[in-house]
Amino acid sequence: MPETTEKVAVNCHVNGEEQTLHAYPMARLLDVLREELRLTGTKEGCGEGECGACSVLINGQLVNSCLVPVIQVQESEIKTIEGIALSEEQLHGVQEAFITCGGAQCGICTPGMVIAAVSLLDQNPNPNETEIRTGLAGNLCRCTGYMKIFEAVVKACQRDGAKA
Amino acid sequence: MRAYLPEYELRVPKDLSEALALLESEPGVWKPFAGGTDLMVLFEAGKLAHRKFFSIWHLPELRGIDVTAEHVTLGALTTYTQVQGTEVLRREFPMLCQAASETGGLAIQNRGTLGGNIANASPAGDSPPTLLAYDAQLELVSQGGTRFVAYSEFHTGYKRLALGAGELIKSIRLPRTGGAVHQYYRKVGTRKAQAISKVCFAGLARMEGASIREIRLALGSVAPTPLRCLRTEEVLKDQKLDAPLIGAARASLSKEIVPIDDIRSTFDYRLRVALNLLEDFLSTLQTNTREQVGMMKDEG
Repeated sequence: MPETTEKVAVNCHVNGEEQTLHAYPMARLLDVLREELRLTGTKEGCGEGECGACSVLINGQLVNSCLVPVIQVQESEIKTIEGIALSEEQLHGVQEAFITCGGAQCGICTPGMVIAAVSLLDQNPNPNETEIRTGLAGNLCRCTGYMKIFEAVVKACQRDGAKA
Repeated sequence: MRAYLPEYELRVPKDLSEALALLESEPGVWKPFAGGTDLMVLFEAGKLAHRKFFSIWHLPELRGIDVTAEHVTLGALTTYTQVQGTEVLRREFPMLCQAASETGGLAIQNRGTLGGNIANASPAGDSPPTLLAYDAQLELVSQGGTRFVAYSEFHTGYKRLALGAGELIKSIRLPRTGGAVHQYYRKVGTRKAQAISKVCFAGLARMEGASIREIRLALGSVAPTPLRCLRTEEVLKDQKLDAPLIGAARASLSKEIVPIDDIRSTFDYRLRVALNLLEDFLSTLQTNTREQVGMMKDEG
């Protein structure tokens, strides 16, 4: 019988709530978020860090959750797409802008795109066009041709409250 | 086939000395795991043959950037994002910053580390050619203490490292360039972002009038390891830079490299690109000697 590892307890905050996750140490953060916490807004695209569909924020930093073993988020603050809206009634400015500009089509890339855009605006509230393109360069979309997504981020920068 | 999770261990040592003790306890059994941007890809594809890892991501001893009059020392866990955000690196080591900015997208740059890039030992890595051109040294740590090794002697063959069984890469030490040198970095890939390079080229030179006083050339994807091209450097050093010299340098480089033939590109294409990049670098030196040195000083 092959040697086997035990599951471990990982304490962290997810979208502001304290959580204790139980998983094998090498389990992908992506899978634990989706399967244990049922936060299925985070999508799996390529599973190899190329497409950005699984983007989340760890301690405010944009990461691909398919490349993070869960044991490395011990004591971290994680934010997923479910934690981006300001409240049940009020979307984040980036989300509003995606709706206004038609920045979503099939929807698989959308959570990752929104997270990447929020991360960009958190760090740089007034990005120029090149900075927006660089900020989204790790996120692939196979439907929109990117322009509407790009326009949504430009619009989000122009709105009051986009930074919230 | 996907990996079977319970077969993999990923321990979390409480500090560096515990990590080194684990490494020493069963030589060859435990391997370090940094930001995961390479290992998790293999893992998910069911191709991660090694089973026992320990995380080093949280160890402060392997982080931080230290600047002295002679060196800039980067903790092995310095991420590509941190590289780009460090002023002394932007001023004196622009090739490294450029390589960092062209590695993956931001999410990869937030997790990928210089030490990981070195230890992963891909001949196609973006930062290793710049570290070779900067004459980097690696600080290796084990229970027995630390030692420095020239980075140019660290890759001994495809995915083979001059790293003892109980050793970890602790930091990367770069001799300061002073800024008054010509630096040229170019990564050629299929697209601007998220590409693995077909060829990357790092060149550094110090000119005296029309002559080359000092030159260092390093390339990626042209050999089983990132490659410092010493023979071509010899051809160029202390010579007057003119068209025949550029021709001689091309001829030398074509003999010194053996580009990879793989899914990302072919031997022929990589050879042609590598030679053209060398020529482009040398032409830049030829035409812009004075202006460029002036520009780099102003940038700080």
